[in-house]
Amino acid sequence: MAKITFPVEASHIMMFARAIGDTNPVYHDAAAAKDTAVGGIIAPPSFPQAVAQFDPDYFLRPKPGQKWFGSAKGPTGIEGKPTSSGGLHAEQHYEYHRHIRPGDVLTAETKPGNVWEKESKRAGKLTFRERITEYRDQNGELVITARGVGVTTERPVDQG
Amino acid sequence: MALKASALKVGDTHSERVVENLSRTQIVQYAGASGDYNPLHSDEVYTTKIAGYPSVFAHGMLTMGLTGKMLTNYVGDGTLAKFGVRFTNQVWPGDTLDSKATVAALREEGGQHYVDLTLSTTNQDGKEVVAGSATARIDP
Repeated sequence: MAKITFPVEASHIMMFARAIGDTNPVYHDAAAAKDTAVGGIIAPPSFPQAVAQFDPDYFLRPKPGQKWFGSAKGPTGIEGKPTSSGGLHAEQHYEYHRHIRPGDVLTAETKPGNVWEKESKRAGKLTFRERITEYRDQNGELVITARGVGVTTERPVDQG
Repeated sequence: MALKASALKVGDTHSERVVENLSRTQIVQYAGASGDYNPLHSDEVYTTKIAGYPSVFAHGMLTMGLTGKMLTNYVGDGTLAKFGVRFTNQVWPGDTLDSKATVAALREEGGQHYVDLTLSTTNQDGKEVVAGSATARIDP
């Protein structure tokens, strides 16, 4: 998989913190953050996920001139029933070697990990796929190691 | 402010209400900030008519972010060494979520003190939506 360049910006951290309802000044107020133990703005722990913004081919973002599988005039913009939206997120794990800050320019490289299957009463056959992403900074230092597990289900998850 | 090992014991807990009556708009806000525009999270027409779910639902990562808010409020800024979750049930608009951290172990490694925590986020029906664990650096 291609490497993705992920410039970390203060306004993006602020928007991300707002979306998770986190009003901690260390995520948006440079002056207040300066007086904390970390000495400046840092990103919330789940912020590395926002690397999706910088993936030019990210399939869960509509692109000009391309058909989008979400609704428009009809319930989906793709003829015939799309088989899957790429599945659901099953697990996410982060290991922090240091915390990321505005001004960091990260490089994210993702490698496939294990694949396994499981039978479930609520959603039929489940296929789990692991992805390991290493985020390195502008000096080549490893900053965060992420392990994500996605699951594709045979049918929608029964809510019973 | 980092936690202090001397003030902690196994079994201690910290809990917070991390969202009340989750709005579709907050889910859209998360889509915009994270860049994950999967219509399952914002497009009721697609999600009910094509994907076969009763309504849109939150990104798992929004629930991780909400859980992380409780976690960093507890352990302090920039002290996390590890944070991991499993998404055990979906989170729906209207849900109210409570997150809890429980001290599982206190240990020292190479002169640094750490706390290991187990994490659980539950909805208004007591159903667990996230199960996880975390490790943070603490003061002696």
